[in-house]
Amino acid sequence: MSDSLQQPAPLTQRPSRWLHNLSAKLASLPMVLTALVVFVGCTVWTVFYSFTNSRLLPDASKFSLKQYEYLWTQRRWLISIENLAVYGALSLIFSLVIGFFLAALLDRKIRGEAIFRTIFLYPFALSFIITGLAWQWLLNPDFGIQANIRALGWESFSLDPLNNPDLVIYGILIAGVWQGTGLIMCIMLAGLRGIDEDIWKAARVDGISTVKTYLKIIIPMLRPVFITALVLISAGIIKVYDLVVAQTSGGPGLSSQVPAMYVFDKMFKDQNLAQGFAASTMMLVSVMIVLIPWAYLEFGGKKHAR
Amino acid sequence: MHAETLEPHGPKPKRHFSRTNIMLYGTLLLISIYYLMPLWVMVMTSLKGMPEVRLGHIFAPPIEVTFEPWVKAWSQACTGINCDGLSRGFWNSVQILIPSAVLSIMVASVNGYALANWKFKGSEVFFTILMLGAFIPYQIMIYPIVILLRELGLYGGLSGLVLVHTIFGMPILTLLFRNYFAGIPEELFKAARVDGAGFWRIYFRVLLPMSLPIFVVAIILQTTGIWNDFLFGVIYTKPDLYPMTVQLNNIVNSVQGVKEYNVNMAATLLTGAVPLLIYLVSGKLFVRGIAAGAVKG
Repeated sequence: MSDSLQQPAPLTQRPSRWLHNLSAKLASLPMVLTALVVFVGCTVWTVFYSFTNSRLLPDASKFSLKQYEYLWTQRRWLISIENLAVYGALSLIFSLVIGFFLAALLDRKIRGEAIFRTIFLYPFALSFIITGLAWQWLLNPDFGIQANIRALGWESFSLDPLNNPDLVIYGILIAGVWQGTGLIMCIMLAGLRGIDEDIWKAARVDGISTVKTYLKIIIPMLRPVFITALVLISAGIIKVYDLVVAQTSGGPGLSSQVPAMYVFDKMFKDQNLAQGFAASTMMLVSVMIVLIPWAYLEFGGKKHAR
Repeated sequence: MHAETLEPHGPKPKRHFSRTNIMLYGTLLLISIYYLMPLWVMVMTSLKGMPEVRLGHIFAPPIEVTFEPWVKAWSQACTGINCDGLSRGFWNSVQILIPSAVLSIMVASVNGYALANWKFKGSEVFFTILMLGAFIPYQIMIYPIVILLRELGLYGGLSGLVLVHTIFGMPILTLLFRNYFAGIPEELFKAARVDGAGFWRIYFRVLLPMSLPIFVVAIILQTTGIWNDFLFGVIYTKPDLYPMTVQLNNIVNSVQGVKEYNVNMAATLLTGAVPLLIYLVSGKLFVRGIAAGAVKG
């Protein structure tokens, strides 16, 4: 949204403003329809109906805040929110730290960089379903990592998060981080490659250690890259659904439920539409809490925009 | 160790076996194990018979290699009603993927072109809405879209899903094409206009021939995205028409019968084969695709 090309000056002034540039307007119709009908229209529709009592079918005969009051008394929803918060915070930290760490390692002028990059990024090509199923198998207590380490003689070793309500979200986290850090690494690496070689030389001349150079000079310079990564990860976190469906189906019990699952079940299984609408509206609100400050920083102060 | 293969620019490290280097490569190798472990275990499990799987040595290569799980996953595995394996889902996915990718890329490239070269009043506003739309959780839009598709008579069929993929692919693809076309020298565009070429003529004759790389990036982006989709497949198609990713989940997580882990892993690998292949073949372009989509977002 930054680099805009100047509009070509109209060569002749057409009689009607509407007919001017008609082909371009027609060609943009899909975009306009998507933006207005789907992104704005559907969102507004759902928010509107979240204030109703719609059950099996949308029904706008009564309006109240009942759905929201009910939502926040639901144990399942509260667990979902808590899981999302834990998963979100930890996956943000881990993705950023590991992603940056990997990028920094790859930026050390190593041999075989392409091979390592391929290894770290390939999970990102795979779906969350595949990620979830693969880690479900690895974390299977009877066959997976736990069983194999015990077989080596460490009898008390335990790694069985998926069957433990207190730990299940960390089991999902392991899989999520495995899938997603490659992308963050790529973004960070692109950022690191954009840093002037002279800065490294200057730091070396001044006798600043490598670690210190990263912490004190490079990371502050990469602020915009970190913010982009942050926004990307956050936007992905709120949508987390497939991974949980594949890995645990929300269990054991309700312990790995996430908001997207609540929404899906209310809308398509429990015939409680308005409740699903209210829950999805809350999801939108939480995205906006992240997005608005970012948009303000990124586009509000035009001076920083490239 | 003195080969000059894969040497990036910049000065060579002085000693190859310095302590830092050993630590550096050691760390990289260790992390590589974490990343490769799931793939290794999946492949090994899928090549074993069930008796061998039950021994529990998931990291060990198979004593006796068998391809039976792969055959079974492809043609016999059950999902509720049907027992014709993943092949059904594969062909469904192909039928969803091709029109979705073609349609979404066509629409988005023309959109991006209009936005870059033929701005009109309000075009930037719509573009901004489109970009913000990429951040709206899908969950808030899925139900009204069900209604829209039902009104159009497309709900439950493949064409409805194609439309949905086209819509949700639009923000990122439009951005991709808009930025690419905006980077093409303006003189080229002006020269074509002076020669009397109009909107479509410039698009087809001038821009398309020089935009092959960005189209490849878009194809990679869409193919992996659509193939890996789960949510839209579940909501907008009937069980008979479920795409491969949805079917995979139903096969592996089905509660009936004895769990055949080797078949499950073969099924998982079969489903992952398409995006994985694209990733390995496309290499740098894949990176470029996600970077282009991500960084500029």
